[in-house]
Amino acid sequence: MSISALPKRWAKLHAHAAISSLGRLRRQWLGSIMTAAAIGIALALPAAFVVAMDNLESALDGWQGAPRASVFLDTGTEAAQYPDIAERIRALDGIRGVRLITPDQALTEYRQSSGVSDPLALLDSNPLPAVVLAELSGGLAPGAVDRLADRLRALPAVDDLRLDRDWMARLAAIIELGNRATALVALLLGLTVILVLFNTLRLDIENHRREIEITRLIGGTNAFIRRPFLYTGVWYGLAGGLIAGGLLAIAVAFVADPAQRLASLYGSGFRPAGAGLTGTLTLIGAGGLLGLSGAWLAVGRHLSAIEPP
Amino acid sequence: MIRLEGVGKRYPGGNEPLRGLDVHVERGELVFITGASGAGKSTLLRLIPRLERPSRGQVLVDGADLARLPRRRIPYLRRRIGMTFQDHRLLHDRTLFDNVALPLVIEGRPHTDIRRRVQAALDKVGLLAQSRAYPVTLSGGEQQRVGIARAIVTRPPILLADEPTGNLDPALSLEIMQLFEQFNQVGVTTVIASHDQPLIDALGHRQIHLSEGRAA
Ligand SMILES: Nc1ncnc2c1ncn2[C@@H]1O[C@H](COP(=O)(O)OP(=O)(O)O)[C@@H](O)[C@H]1O
Ligand SMILES: [Mg+2]
Repeated sequence: MSISALPKRWAKLHAHAAISSLGRLRRQWLGSIMTAAAIGIALALPAAFVVAMDNLESALDGWQGAPRASVFLDTGTEAAQYPDIAERIRALDGIRGVRLITPDQALTEYRQSSGVSDPLALLDSNPLPAVVLAELSGGLAPGAVDRLADRLRALPAVDDLRLDRDWMARLAAIIELGNRATALVALLLGLTVILVLFNTLRLDIENHRREIEITRLIGGTNAFIRRPFLYTGVWYGLAGGLIAGGLLAIAVAFVADPAQRLASLYGSGFRPAGAGLTGTLTLIGAGGLLGLSGAWLAVGRHLSAIEPP
Repeated sequence: MIRLEGVGKRYPGGNEPLRGLDVHVERGELVFITGASGAGKSTLLRLIPRLERPSRGQVLVDGADLARLPRRRIPYLRRRIGMTFQDHRLLHDRTLFDNVALPLVIEGRPHTDIRRRVQAALDKVGLLAQSRAYPVTLSGGEQQRVGIARAIVTRPPILLADEPTGNLDPALSLEIMQLFEQFNQVGVTTVIASHDQPLIDALGHRQIHLSEGRAA
């Protein structure tokens, strides 16, 4: 045998292992499909988390501009005073602009967005306070925002203050929590995939005991014996990844409409996106890698136990 | 070609079929190993492709001391030794063709090469017409011949046969033995374990008789 024939021979051995492992899977197709489906579901769950978090972050992306403060005025404040108060707020350092929402405007907006014809008509007077929406200058340090908030609260006729910054901090915390949860789910279900494959391959090796013994008898190397089982693991993983990609696409299509409606209630044109081509390919690749890992563990653990008797 | 020096084999459990055995088989020779059942004939054969390790003594194949052979080289030793087994050791879920092709497949040979060699080997043992059949559809003698085809398909320099005529009638037994003589005539060193004394005597090759764990 010449040296140049070696890579060809190696390729032949791999092709043989890849094809014969597919043949093995096809012969017990029902069991193979069930295993692949189990792996697919286990992969789909963390993938769904990732896609959900991505969507959440992109939906909130537009809101992460300059922080805003909603300054609620005392309900007893005379309407004539509103422009004056708004002007005093605008004059403060660190305020870029203000918009006044009178109680009447607030009521109109409320009626439009709630769709309820006129629940407040039952009341004698409009209970809503006047609000000054103050846009803060971008790039303020947290300490400066705090000091500005104190000054706003100290103004006469100011009842309460809500900084959008609180909301953003809460949101960031929720996203961080979501990301951690995603990592945890991915870890646990990745482990599940490896365990499922470990067990499947263990049984597969047991079922091929005689073939393994005979192959050893006639001079099959460990690598030759190992290879079809490793390919089996990879096939399972890739098929599982493909199934997971399909499940995910269906799930995204299923929730897209309600999610879009929810976003539009917040005045956003957001529509949820799926995993996309890169995401799906990553999912399939991850499946293949996990499959290989599970098979590798099973093969390492169980093949050495089989020697020619 | 094959040399055993002071070989002892003791199985876990206390059986000690070989106790200081010296055997030398020349290159190109055909030798029969005889002896009563349980004399250690199979054990001796199994030492040669290192399916079994001796408890003491040395086994040399083509000048190489098997005790010094690294584990990963063992498959390559086995590829140079064709062996047939009393229980045939065939894969029942594979056709005759696939069974005989296995030694070529593990070497990663090209398809055309495999087809040509497998057909030649099956033709040699008279089973070419049944190459698509499964081993269970064959008689014991035919299964033995499939085992022989698998053993010689790579044209190994050494051929070992463990009770190849096991429970075949005399005519079939002679046919099988003549097959081995043909391989031997093209230079294959051949060692056959058998207790079919009349047949062996009739063929007239060198005999190594095992008794009390030694060669008599
Ligand atoms: N794997 C084994 N473990 C324990 N004892 C064995 C094993 N193989 C063979 N023996 C024993 O070794 C002796 C020789 O066996 P064997 O080599 O098969 O003899 P033969 O082939 O001449 O009939 C027998 O007593 C047999 O029971
Ligand atoms: Mg025997």
